[in-house]
Amino acid sequence: MRLNIDRLTALAVLAPSVILLAIFVYGFIGQTFYIATTNWQGLGISDISSVGLRNFEQLFIGSGLPFFRFREALVNTVVFTVLFIAASLSLGLLLAILLDQRIRAEALFRTIFLFPMALSFVVTGTVWRWLFSPRSGLNTLPTLFGGAPLPPDQWAWFTDRRQLITFTWADASRLVLIAIIIGLLAFAAIAAARRRPVQALIAGMIGLSLIGWVFLGGAFEALGNVVRPAHGVNLAMFSIVIAATWQMSGYTMAMYLAALRGIPEELREAARVDGCNELQVYRYIVLPLLQPITLSAMIILGHISLKIFDLIYVMAGGDNLRVDVPGIHMYLTAFRGNNFALGAAIAVIMLLLVAFVIVPYLVNAFRTEVRR
Amino acid sequence: MTASALPRHTAHALRRRSFTRLAIYATLIFWAIIYLIPIYLVLNTSLKPRAEVSLDQVWAPPQQVSADAFIAAVEKLSPNFANSIILTVPATLLSAVIGSLNGYVLSKWRFRGANIVFPLMLFGMFIPYQSILIPLFQLMSQLRLTGTLWSLILTHVVYGLPITTLIFRNYYAEIPDELIEAGQIDGANFFRLYTQVVFPLSLPGFVVVIIWQFTQIWNEYLFAVTLADPLTQPITVALSQLAGGQAIDFSLQMAGSFLTALPTLFVYILLGRYFIRGLLAGSVKG
Repeated sequence: MRLNIDRLTALAVLAPSVILLAIFVYGFIGQTFYIATTNWQGLGISDISSVGLRNFEQLFIGSGLPFFRFREALVNTVVFTVLFIAASLSLGLLLAILLDQRIRAEALFRTIFLFPMALSFVVTGTVWRWLFSPRSGLNTLPTLFGGAPLPPDQWAWFTDRRQLITFTWADASRLVLIAIIIGLLAFAAIAAARRRPVQALIAGMIGLSLIGWVFLGGAFEALGNVVRPAHGVNLAMFSIVIAATWQMSGYTMAMYLAALRGIPEELREAARVDGCNELQVYRYIVLPLLQPITLSAMIILGHISLKIFDLIYVMAGGDNLRVDVPGIHMYLTAFRGNNFALGAAIAVIMLLLVAFVIVPYLVNAFRTEVRR
Repeated sequence: MTASALPRHTAHALRRRSFTRLAIYATLIFWAIIYLIPIYLVLNTSLKPRAEVSLDQVWAPPQQVSADAFIAAVEKLSPNFANSIILTVPATLLSAVIGSLNGYVLSKWRFRGANIVFPLMLFGMFIPYQSILIPLFQLMSQLRLTGTLWSLILTHVVYGLPITTLIFRNYYAEIPDELIEAGQIDGANFFRLYTQVVFPLSLPGFVVVIIWQFTQIWNEYLFAVTLADPLTQPITVALSQLAGGQAIDFSLQMAGSFLTALPTLFVYILLGRYFIRGLLAGSVKG
């Protein structure tokens, strides 16, 4: 009897949190999905009507500045995510391995590498805006050693207008679509070979219907009509990557360091006895053991970079298209431009991108936990 | 192996070893300097009198140290600093206490479906907040809370629940179930078990969660810029607006940045060990 009352109490204690999160996370997400399918502009306007998926269609193939801007932001986010993850992982791993060599003053070094994590992105943005201002900051650092300052037009940092690689939206999205279709069909084939008919069927169906949509439904032609060709890898984005890496690489360092400390010394010792030199110990023993950490770090950094907002907004302002990202575009569209429907549509796409990274991770984490 | 070969071989190995050590320290010091460059620039600029700040002389140490920029920054930002304190302290404590109770339920009173409910709760800490921002703003307007600190406190408590629950759940998993069972045999109920057995063991968990939440809420920008009005602006919003003026006063901005960073930096340097634990807890598998 006692136990039953206690069980009920436990559920009652958890219930308010569950209800609050149900409303504030899932209810609100549902509402955002709904708003994204309307034409709602501005607060207090009563004649809201449904427009179906038109807002999404416009974002991907519409002509007009807000839609071009969205696509530019999407390209920028992909570039940023790839560079930022690569930089943070490699720098974090390097520092962690160095700190794992029985270093004197290790705690001091650790503190120095990790302190930017304690700062607000707003502080980082304010400080790095100045470090990157073309007529001052890093460009004048050589003067400290008697050199000449770097020329501002060559070293424009986040105000740089140059692009490394340029491509049209049509080409890029066609390529991505084809890659997704090939991926899905390959997944279906593998699942079929492993006798998982349900997975094979679902992946195969989605893949085939995508093929149908692309070739019969006219998706490729529609993409061909998209104007404004010049998207690309923007040089300005590298400045954002540097500032973000300065702030976040300490995090990957901490993750790698914790993992390195978890590798039993006997393992390395055994490898040394077998004739491995120190480099080979890392190559064949340590690095393979760090792989799961690399995956976790990629997912954590990836979801941070897909929703990045404040760092870029404070550093470069909201109007620099070369470093625009969906987080900024959504905020300005909804809360400055009062176009709530389009803002919601951008937000939905951000959510889908993040969910694509996070949901498999959560599912996997809890599946292994149940098995344990 | 002859007697004389051994020392020579050892000496060679030692020399190689000390060269490697030197390279390791040199690399570490190089990167430490890189990481500290922004700090140097912040302090250097904010300690200069305004007249001495010129664009091409930012790296030269100040001719004379001046506290003017700091005094100006304190004058300008102290209302916002106060707003941030008023909002961060209750939001942190509330989300910590609720997270502790949730963690206790999820680790010691596991129920059917907990393995579905908990990941669904956790998803809330990964979502881009843009995807809930419009409905959140609508709700706060309907409750007539926009522009008040209450809206920010409520928001931060709710969206802080996933991480605080996660940290406490993993922390309480370390408390042996036998302790709870022994208490039950003694006739202790749900709340007595919490106050007598679980809570007294929770101090490190609370330190981790409070530091984490304090840092997150203090540093937050998107909710703050959406929900606050000019009177209730937290310090991050005010700092971002210091740059908005006509003549950009860099020494004021840098002093403002330092002021904004001070509380979280202080906590980090004082309690870094716990900060790192919160950091690593964010990667779900505790």
